[in-house]
Amino acid sequence: MSAKLVFLGRLEDIAGMGELSVNPGPLDQVLAALDPALAIELLGERVRMALNGALLGGNEAVVLADGDELAFLPPVSGG
Amino acid sequence: MAEVRLLGEAFSAADELAAFTAAHPESGGIVSFLGQVRCEDGPQAVEALELKHYAAMTLPGMEALAAATLARWPLNGLLIIHRYGVMHPGDPIVLVAAAARHRRDAFAAADFAMDHLKSQSWFWKRERTAKGWRWIEPRPDDHRDLARW
Repeated sequence: MSAKLVFLGRLEDIAGMGELSVNPGPLDQVLAALDPALAIELLGERVRMALNGALLGGNEAVVLADGDELAFLPPVSGG
Repeated sequence: MAEVRLLGEAFSAADELAAFTAAHPESGGIVSFLGQVRCEDGPQAVEALELKHYAAMTLPGMEALAAATLARWPLNGLLIIHRYGVMHPGDPIVLVAAAARHRRDAFAAADFAMDHLKSQSWFWKRERTAKGWRWIEPRPDDHRDLARW
């Protein structure tokens, strides 16, 4: 049983990795098991989240199930 | 009608545009935009640029943008090519081309698609100068550009 966190952009540098396998469960429990410095960045006001490729609105209670992929998306800069 | 590609390798904007133009003989107007890595001198000069994407969202988002562009203007065709990976000065980053019966629709559609690629698509950019790598945040201009639509 595992879920996956994906760190995009500068969050990958802060985490020191692009992906992390975690135990499923409520997001606050998942984040509590991380390095607090990383968790603070992930919860930043400008960081959005996407669950299995679908953008979240920001107010939902996220509970990760087995096989879920939760991505943390900092502000984008393309083109 | 729309051709959308997310590429990890260099492409020739001239070849792509020639093929797109040849595919749309019915169009009286074709407008294109090419974004490339700037060549500069001095200590701030960008030596390399890297664009990261997220497989689960980046290409689907580009396809949705193409569909929205086609829905808004009467186009014969739309081409969107965007790079990811490491690029160097002079390398093409993004190519957008819109083919329409009349030029104004083609201008507007290409402009709309570019503004959204810049500030609403799932890409993260960092640049390497003499001081090392630095992540690029969106500019206020990018958001102002988006508000035009």
